[in-house]
Amino acid sequence: MTTIALNETSTLVYQRPHSLATCNTNYCPGCTHGIAHRLLAEAIDELGLQERTILVAPVGCSVFAYKYFQMDGCEAAHGRAPAMATGIKRVQPEKMVVTYQGDGDLASIGMAEIVHAAARGENITTIFVNNAIYGMTGGQMAPTSLPGQKTTSSPFGRDTQMTGYPVRMSELLSTLDGATYIVRRSLHDIANIRKAKKAILTALKVQMNGMGFSMVELLSSCPTNWGLEPSEALHWIEKNMIPAFPLGDYKVHEEVKSL
Amino acid sequence: MTKGTIFIDQEKCKGCSLCTAVCPQEVIVMQDDRLNLKGYHPASLNEANAHCTGCGVCAVICPDVCITVYREPQMKSHATTAC
Repeated sequence: MTTIALNETSTLVYQRPHSLATCNTNYCPGCTHGIAHRLLAEAIDELGLQERTILVAPVGCSVFAYKYFQMDGCEAAHGRAPAMATGIKRVQPEKMVVTYQGDGDLASIGMAEIVHAAARGENITTIFVNNAIYGMTGGQMAPTSLPGQKTTSSPFGRDTQMTGYPVRMSELLSTLDGATYIVRRSLHDIANIRKAKKAILTALKVQMNGMGFSMVELLSSCPTNWGLEPSEALHWIEKNMIPAFPLGDYKVHEEVKSL
Repeated sequence: MTKGTIFIDQEKCKGCSLCTAVCPQEVIVMQDDRLNLKGYHPASLNEANAHCTGCGVCAVICPDVCITVYREPQMKSHATTAC
């Protein structure tokens, strides 16, 4: 490890958030899961919630998410994180319960759980990482894959005649009266990463104030399974994913605006 | 101009090079002649070219949270250059 020469007057501007564990992650180089983890950890630190937050990890690349945060966590069955979070929150309503889910987990096998958790207006927060592909299992087509997108299970591109169209989760959940705060952000550049952090802070404040279900969808990259360099993958989000999944606030309850 | 420096934990770096793409001063380079324990070419601050302003955008984009940012206090005459 190299040492650096610091002047006595130097001030620390940025360091690793305390809520993030110091271990290395299993994510591929350039994967934006790491950015999403960091934003969540920073938001939890800023609100002083580390001691009373329980993270529910999904099945997918982020299956070990409970290991990467310095706070309590548990592992749910595939897609069932909102159901497990519902149970935890109802038994321990003073805790902050956050689910961290990918698109293969939340929008496919876990579709019923997330829809009904939102419909019931459960007071939990969901971080939804959407990278339009199944990452952990080797890059198969996901419910969120774009029309024409080449994956290992659609080598000639997603054929909409046979496999349909991508599911837009934020739009879908925003139609439910139980949902309080549903927004979509992207992690493809600095400005959007900062906006995503702000949205995660708001989502946690919604839960702190007992206002109901909150979800932040984050458009993310999967350089390995998209077959792109990390920086090209960020451009791919901007060029292909944002037109299909427009960024914006899909449901912001009136009382959230006063937070 | 504000002066700063960064510290890169090279054993955590996975060599994705996103930090080199966003650095406005272009002072981060990939060490193509060196491998870390994981087998990646880590990023490093080109200290010979001491133009780092400590703006911290590299830390914002770094997916492996391996960058710590320091900044010198601003001189009063350059008080408007902070980002």
